[in-house]
Amino acid sequence: MERGSREYVLWSIGITVVLIFALIPVLWLISVSLKPPESIADGRFIPSEVSFDNYKSLFEGGVDDSPFIKPLINSILIALSTTVISIVLASFAAYAIARLEFPGKRVILAGALAIAMFPPISTIGPLFDMWRALGIYDTYLGLIIPYLTFSLPLAIYCLVAFFREIPWELEQAAQVDGATPFQAFRKVIVPLAAPGMFTAAILVFIFAWNDFLFAISLTSSDASRTVPAALAFFTGESSFTEPTGSIAAAAIVVTVPIIVFVLFFQRRIVSGLTAGAVKG
Amino acid sequence: MEAHTERHPAASERTRSERRLAWLLCAPAVIAMLAVTAYPIAYAIVLSVQQIDLRFPDEGGFVGLDNYTSVLSSQLWWTDLFNTVFLTVVTVSIELVLGMIIALVMHRAIFGRGVVRTAVLIPYGIITVVAAFSWQFAFAPDSGFVNNLPLISDEMDWFGGRFSSFAVIIMAEVWKTTPFMALLLLAGLVTIDGQLYEAAKVDGASAWQRFTRITLPLMKPAILVALLFRTLDAFRIFDTIYIMTAGAQDTESVSILGFNQLISRLNLGLGSAVSVLIFICVLAIATLYVKVLGTRVEEGRPVK
Repeated sequence: MERGSREYVLWSIGITVVLIFALIPVLWLISVSLKPPESIADGRFIPSEVSFDNYKSLFEGGVDDSPFIKPLINSILIALSTTVISIVLASFAAYAIARLEFPGKRVILAGALAIAMFPPISTIGPLFDMWRALGIYDTYLGLIIPYLTFSLPLAIYCLVAFFREIPWELEQAAQVDGATPFQAFRKVIVPLAAPGMFTAAILVFIFAWNDFLFAISLTSSDASRTVPAALAFFTGESSFTEPTGSIAAAAIVVTVPIIVFVLFFQRRIVSGLTAGAVKG
Repeated sequence: MEAHTERHPAASERTRSERRLAWLLCAPAVIAMLAVTAYPIAYAIVLSVQQIDLRFPDEGGFVGLDNYTSVLSSQLWWTDLFNTVFLTVVTVSIELVLGMIIALVMHRAIFGRGVVRTAVLIPYGIITVVAAFSWQFAFAPDSGFVNNLPLISDEMDWFGGRFSSFAVIIMAEVWKTTPFMALLLLAGLVTIDGQLYEAAKVDGASAWQRFTRITLPLMKPAILVALLFRTLDAFRIFDTIYIMTAGAQDTESVSILGFNQLISRLNLGLGSAVSVLIFICVLAIATLYVKVLGTRVEEGRPVK
């Protein structure tokens, strides 16, 4: 394709349109979050005046009074815990599936796939009832458990695909040298598998970070409410002001780091999302 | 594969220890996955045949299929089911076309491939609730920027009507999930042997013929897998509707209905009946796709 040819121009226009469309909601939120209360409703895409008051108000009053700090801490801790536990459990299972022969392998893979398609709403009622009986309603654990369940299929499929690419011979060589299967796993496979595990970890973290349904159903206070749920409960400074500005500012605070991270690791994420997804 | 080693006595000790290890390694993940799916769905079925309203804890007991009869004879369930199916079909169709175009661009592009990949990953990284707020603010009649755009009436009240609300909801959903569709399709696209296109070109096939005669048939499995995942995902739509309209103007989905019964009204019996019905719908959709797909889905083989 030559520079300046008709095809080149068409490609360029197409790519620009895709990029703008992808960026609009983020740019718009940044714009809204920077508008002072007087001009927040002016409908302009580019703010006429810029103020950081919306961001300041998010963090005012420290952990106790800010509507945002505690949910942010909750979101980070819950998503990180989910990620660590999910990757450990999924690595064990994926190693067995990719490397060992045992009856039930197909059942586990099919079961994981079925869970990936399972409607979370169908578990909300029973979990609400069970968690209250068990005393883990509105706790970190109460959210981490369902997040584990629904992130494991994703992690297992991703890791099985990566683990199958790891050269068999190295593990066998280690076993010939006297390593037990577990040592072969820990000393040989884990270092080779680390990139795949990192990719799976990103996908699981984003899943837990994004969840809204469990977060509003299984929490009732800032004790464990995560950011997506907290945003839905944001209120304005007084009962007459809309919380638009603070929602936009909070949204940007939780969005920008993830976007930077996603863009930095984009190749890994693409390979993770598509791993094991296409079967011929 | 190596599944027949158990016939050889010499290998049986090793096989057995390998199996033991395999099961030990899989057990925690299997338990974690079943704990919040198999047990709760069984429990939901139990709850759905009882009258359980947490606001009236003293009343209750077995009521058989009464909850199901109440749900299935209510106008609300059918309206919400229509909304959910409508949103699913429209969203997934638009995504399939857009996703295919983006996948083809990413596959064929000599330049700009990285830019497109970057662009499609932005929506993936954004929390659905955050994206829903952004679009809601953008389409707000007075404070949003959309009504100030040319060709769009300044007075348009997007969330004042059912289908104009749907238009915004569909746009937000398409924006958020097309990347996933595009990446799945791209993964299928790269498996096609480039020589086929060269041969077709030599034989004088046009670009459109190459697409319909080579690309589409060879990508059928990848397309079906992508459609299966996205259809089931779209059918669970909750976040976007909850944030944008909370079900106002008859825009409720079945997931919102279930949530309202279970969590807002604390009617576990009726809500569980809705949950079980949603589960049955999902099962029906999955069965339909798997029938078309054959057994291919169950093979966890990565692309070579």
